[in-house]
Amino acid sequence: MPAESSSPRVGVFICRCGVDIGGVVDVPELVEYVKGLPGVAYAVEDSFACSTSGLEKIEGAIKQHGLERVVVAACTPRTHEAVFQSACERGGLNRYLVEMANIREQCSWVHRSDPRAATEKAKGLVGMAVAKARLLQPWEEPEVKANPNILIIGGGVSGLSSALSLADLGFKVHIVEKEAELGGMLRGLHKLFPTMQDSSESLQGIIGQVWHNRNITIHTSSRVRSVGGTISNFEVEVESGRKAVVRLNVGRIIVATGADVLTPHGLYGYGNDDRIVTQLDLEGRLKNGTLKGVGSVVMIQCVGSRNDERPYCSRICCNTALKNAQILKEINPDMDVYILYRDLLTHGVESSALELDAKMKGVKLIRYRAENPPEVTSGDDAVVVKVFSPTVNEEMILRADLVVLSTPLVPRGEASELSGMLGLPLDSLGFFKEAHQLSPLDFATEGIYACGAARAPKDAVESISEGLGVASRAAEYKFSRRRGRGAAFAEIDEKKCSGCGICIELCPYNAIKKNEIGISSADNTLCGGCGVCAASCPERAITIHSFTDDQLEAQLVAAIGRRLGK
Amino acid sequence: MKPVVIVGGGISGIQASLILANRGIEVHLVEKAPYIGGVMAQLDKTFPTMNCCICILEPKMVECYRHSKITVHTLSEVTKVDGSEGNFRVKITERPRFVDVSSCTRCGACVEKCPVTAPDEFQAGFGSRKAIYIPFPQAVPYAPTLDRGNCLHFNSGDCTACEKACPTGAIRYEQEPKTVSLNASSIILATGFEQYDPKEMGEYGYRRYANVITPLELERLLSPYGPTGGELTRPSDGKVANRIAFIQCVGSRSHRPGIGVPYCSGICCMYAAKEAVTIKEKYPDSEVTVFYIDIKAFGKDYQSLIDKARKEMGVRYVRGKPGEVRENPSTKDLEILYEDTETGEVGRKEVDLAILSAALLPRKENAALAKVAGVDLDEYGFFKVRDPFLGSLETTRDGIYVCGCSRGPRDVSDSLVEAYATAIRASSDTRLKGTEEG
Repeated sequence: MPAESSSPRVGVFICRCGVDIGGVVDVPELVEYVKGLPGVAYAVEDSFACSTSGLEKIEGAIKQHGLERVVVAACTPRTHEAVFQSACERGGLNRYLVEMANIREQCSWVHRSDPRAATEKAKGLVGMAVAKARLLQPWEEPEVKANPNILIIGGGVSGLSSALSLADLGFKVHIVEKEAELGGMLRGLHKLFPTMQDSSESLQGIIGQVWHNRNITIHTSSRVRSVGGTISNFEVEVESGRKAVVRLNVGRIIVATGADVLTPHGLYGYGNDDRIVTQLDLEGRLKNGTLKGVGSVVMIQCVGSRNDERPYCSRICCNTALKNAQILKEINPDMDVYILYRDLLTHGVESSALELDAKMKGVKLIRYRAENPPEVTSGDDAVVVKVFSPTVNEEMILRADLVVLSTPLVPRGEASELSGMLGLPLDSLGFFKEAHQLSPLDFATEGIYACGAARAPKDAVESISEGLGVASRAAEYKFSRRRGRGAAFAEIDEKKCSGCGICIELCPYNAIKKNEIGISSADNTLCGGCGVCAASCPERAITIHSFTDDQLEAQLVAAIGRRLGK
Repeated sequence: MKPVVIVGGGISGIQASLILANRGIEVHLVEKAPYIGGVMAQLDKTFPTMNCCICILEPKMVECYRHSKITVHTLSEVTKVDGSEGNFRVKITERPRFVDVSSCTRCGACVEKCPVTAPDEFQAGFGSRKAIYIPFPQAVPYAPTLDRGNCLHFNSGDCTACEKACPTGAIRYEQEPKTVSLNASSIILATGFEQYDPKEMGEYGYRRYANVITPLELERLLSPYGPTGGELTRPSDGKVANRIAFIQCVGSRSHRPGIGVPYCSGICCMYAAKEAVTIKEKYPDSEVTVFYIDIKAFGKDYQSLIDKARKEMGVRYVRGKPGEVRENPSTKDLEILYEDTETGEVGRKEVDLAILSAALLPRKENAALAKVAGVDLDEYGFFKVRDPFLGSLETTRDGIYVCGCSRGPRDVSDSLVEAYATAIRASSDTRLKGTEEG
């Protein structure tokens, strides 16, 4: 059917995704169907629409066929919308005149066993996308003024690394640390894997730079009391132990609150015998030089981790145990040092070298099974550790002057409070959750990032990398004009608004304010496009751009019309 | 502000390029292959999230190639680095593609008419390609490349089939290597890794037995875009494999003189679990066994993938490194000889297909690059970081940074974090130097 003269000319590009869509959905049939839809001026299939050649074909077709709207029936807009938007732009169309229909995840993948139904569903989805596309309106994104202030919560090694690199780029950084001193976990550590550098020295090097940096303001003994607003415009209240409340306006927030080390109450006699300690306790004694009269040490791995309660590996404990075991052997080569482990989690070059080194120094590694853990009994002259070794198939009895329990990093107590305040979800273990493993530095709330051990157990080097990584992420928009949130934002019809203010209270982005004549006005640079205001407005004065009532209605009509055979 | 040179067009190099370019900094991305994407382009799925790799990579490759601030140099190597931090003078040498990309219309006539076939490297050696070819449909840049080693024109001089077929005269046999010299404020090394060749461990029969394969070969067999369209067929007879075994730590954690490397490659436990789950999801009746030494599930959500493989999908994990793989010469079935170190029992396991989870090695080219760039390598050939605390991700030469697998084995997620991290380190230098000059 030729496009009606009043209606924009829609081009539809249907991707086979190799066999991933084409092997299930009958693509030629879909193309023929789409050609008959109202408004469709051009429809074609391609083997990979997102490939360079596929995009060039879209660009060429826009020009050659005078297309005014584009529908791409392919995979998910989450990964591919931006690619097709750019292709539209290159073809001379506004980037918001493209609509995607997901006929892979929603058709060929989930209905692989029923190709007929998958094809019919694809027709429905593409039909809906075409109906909406006809009503899409162009939009030019406003330039967002960069807010040069950044808040970093947590003054440990990852937060400090973030702060330094951002300050270097000219940002004004505020570090909020709950303790009286900066440094976090590293303050309690002796030496650092993998270089065996002195923890205090390394830390002092970093802290010194932070103190001397004019772009960094340090708030110690402080905590974040409240957070409002949205990306580029967060309103933060910081409560200091001594001073009054400080109010900050920041553009980005970085959560670098680290993790706690599990205190193993009730495990292996911890708490009842001061010869039974944690690795952190041991680090403290090594640091202070208070480890005396110890001739034999037994370390037990996976204490409180990789079990039903905490079903994860804490990543750093095997390296910590090997490092400390090696240090003990250096202090006294005659000392008996045992590490009882389940799986030895050394990984990568440096960690494997540490393992070999410890073994060469005479550290003895004994494997135990999760279902048959060691038994620890306090005796008068020694702590007795019984362990069954499946490797030699017998029980061993070790007499220790010191038993060291390797306990996991666990989420900080304040994580859940911060999570609520920031709208930053936690994962099932209680660590901050990234949007996706493959965009490890993107999070649910725009402008808020988590790094280091607050996100998952990590050692110092990894925490520094991640601190720098989120800094890089937070700085990314400094020179960017794109708001990066697409064309979904609230538009308020001043003629219809009664000024009741319901939308102002509900808006999670603080994007709506009353204007000088008492009616609501939305700032589309702040608006997140969630639609809460539009759904709640008693006067129906609010529309979400690119999700208008007309567009949604057209989609519904297309869907229902097809069901009714119209 | 001077540009940043990034060596290596895999996921780390691409991501670092995009971050810098989005901040307005000019980037030169130097890739030795004819296309960007690196190893990740060949992989089927990611772990632990089980996403399609190319679907995540392709938009980044396209964005990178089309970005106004990024110049992609394919078939290229850095051949000289002079100067110092903030003011490097970098020479890039580009091998000829023998195709003029700007006049090529991607019609495919040259590929069609080429009379030569050669093993298809992108498909890990399964199937064949022509001497002039585009390795995969999503390749970036999307233009053919001519492989001189296999081309008749260059070997016997009498074939001009592709030149004759090309409607726009884009075939250029006369192309010579080109050099580009440019100033750079900093350099990022992101050369990635290569897979250990398990032929060295003769007892497992790789290359002798058709049904003993590497993980990269398995990735191609599992990929819907691979040579079998995702069917797990045996190389020997094309039948779907029903009994599958993974042998872990092949070439890794080796203390045998002259064999493999002593370090743990860090990601093999997870890719094996991912592949095992993929196989069980596709073929629920198949029987999958993983022979391992330690299970190293140390990353975020890794343990749940292992648990899924073991408990939900019924993948059998046997602790013990097999001593030998034997082949039944008539059926080409395999027999794996092992000791279960949990029980001390010696066993034999018959399978249709065995995958050798091969170690991750540094790129061989690192040695030459280290010399050119004046940076140190570690004893294996990975780039060395001088001070991981105060000089995170910086090599032994000021202003030259390293990320991803070129400094040791790591997964995609950690590589991405490091790509972001090196980008800010390299760009703060750019800014400082820019200010000094300005």
